[in-house]
Amino acid sequence: MAIGHDAVLSEDDETTPLEYRHENDVLRIYGFWLFIATDLVLFGTLFATYVVLRANTAGGPSESQLFEVPIFTAETLILLTSSFTCGLATFQMHRKKHGWLSFWLVVTVLLGATFIGLELSEFITYATHGATMQRSAFLSAFFTLVGTHGIHVSMGILWMLSILYQLWRTGLNSTTARKVFVVGLYWHFLDVVWVFIFTVVYLTGVAH
Amino acid sequence: MNTNANRAFPWKHVTGFVLSIALTLLALWMVQAHVMGFTALISVTLLFAALQILVQLFLFMHITDSPGPRYHVIALALGLLFTFTIVAGSIWIMTFGGNQAY
Repeated sequence: MAIGHDAVLSEDDETTPLEYRHENDVLRIYGFWLFIATDLVLFGTLFATYVVLRANTAGGPSESQLFEVPIFTAETLILLTSSFTCGLATFQMHRKKHGWLSFWLVVTVLLGATFIGLELSEFITYATHGATMQRSAFLSAFFTLVGTHGIHVSMGILWMLSILYQLWRTGLNSTTARKVFVVGLYWHFLDVVWVFIFTVVYLTGVAH
Repeated sequence: MNTNANRAFPWKHVTGFVLSIALTLLALWMVQAHVMGFTALISVTLLFAALQILVQLFLFMHITDSPGPRYHVIALALGLLFTFTIVAGSIWIMTFGGNQAY
């Protein structure tokens, strides 16, 4: 595959999605899958650290004393819903409904911001009760794992806002279509990571 | 490549959404109600989480959409293998009396 020029693979083919019509866009989407695979390994190391250190509370608060079921359930349901609305954005993009595409991206951004707000208030509540990152190995591992995910979501919100701006400026074309598709991959991936945080960190923490 | 482009209603997405919410609430209920022992509970909820990967990949992430060979599936499978090895390997090695060492 030649990278230097941007070969048109199927400009007039209505059955090919907009984001797959140019060779460069196909390569960039593949490149983003590679990023997801490596980001997965990053989270793998943080999960391994957490699972190994979760019992080392150094006399400080433990999982079951900190985690509140309504809070982490709300966070989970909000992020799952945002993954759905992000999927709807891609769905409307494939139907070339520019207005609906932007609408669902805005809904996704709002849900993502609500999630981050809840997570921040959760972290602040912990910290005001003395459960800070430096309190124990368990809390270091907890804040590193969950915080890294939170930073990913925050970056995703900024990224989505910039794509919304670009959609508004240049409309829907193969470049903006590829960007919407890729930010969607990123968002769904973060949802998967959160499902494992929900299961491994929170559910396991309150299961005893 | 079938992207449901001509369908007016996003059936795949609604199915995925209902499945993800159902799997989450079921896992939460099982833990809250202590329907089985701790180890069995963790195993079943992890299985539900693994099913949620499949929901996202196939119903939301269009993993089957690709012109030409699906090299990204190979990359993703390798990433999953590394992740599993790191997590399972760490748990395994640290159960050998490691708790006293740090």
